[in-house]
Amino acid sequence: MELAFYIAGAVAVISTILMLTRLNVVHALLYLIVSLLGVAVVFYTLGAPFVAALEVIIYAGAIMVLFVFVVMMLNLGEHGAELEKQWLTPGIWIGPVLLAGILIIEVLYLVWGGTAGLGTGALEPKEVAIVLFGPYLIGVELASMLLLAGLVGAYHLGFRKAEKPEIQHGRDTHERRAAAGGNLVLAGTDRLARTP
Amino acid sequence: MLVRRNLILVLMSLEVMLNAAGLAFVVAGARWHQADGQVVFLFILAMAAAEVAVGLALVMQIYRRFKSLDVDALSEMRG
Repeated sequence: MELAFYIAGAVAVISTILMLTRLNVVHALLYLIVSLLGVAVVFYTLGAPFVAALEVIIYAGAIMVLFVFVVMMLNLGEHGAELEKQWLTPGIWIGPVLLAGILIIEVLYLVWGGTAGLGTGALEPKEVAIVLFGPYLIGVELASMLLLAGLVGAYHLGFRKAEKPEIQHGRDTHERRAAAGGNLVLAGTDRLARTP
Repeated sequence: MLVRRNLILVLMSLEVMLNAAGLAFVVAGARWHQADGQVVFLFILAMAAAEVAVGLALVMQIYRRFKSLDVDALSEMRG
């Protein structure tokens, strides 16, 4: 049990250091996901299975998917396929896969063999829930308000303002006129060919 | 010297720091067998989720406006 804790901790530290020293964002993301999984295994060995599950589901699942979405939206242009091919070379994924393999072997061993909880034993989700919805109830309410504020803020900031049709039309006309060399009669004759 | 200027990497490092704080809470909770550590970790988790949603929306706006993710490119707002 102690050995599992130390191995998972070492995997988490190594993958975090590797994440900080990567130059490419996608490589850093892979190592960050392995690091979060390592911390989740550490939680499990410490006797906090509920928190370990939440770490995998929310951190490694939801938050990292957000990061991947943004990276993909910002980076990829026409050379996307070329980049994908470049990213799929074994030199890139072999490191994270090895570290994640260590973690999965450990988890299989723990689930079938040992019992969770170093030292003082496991804290069941029931105990956590009793404390969470007892003395910390006001914190739960505040967290819900924070999440609502985050939702509204992210919606507001991520909103791409739609262009007004008249502005778009005006610029289009201007473009056509410039393309026709200032000749207003000929301007826009290629328009039917372009618009469906 | 380890200085990262990519905004997305800055956000990812922020996640690592929040995770470290949460790990400290859970370890302390396991040491004294109190559930409070895990409860505080849940709050950190909710805060990290809200923070990363707003942060990534800001990153997208910055990229749209400056065409760059370099932190130093945003230093034009002085005083």
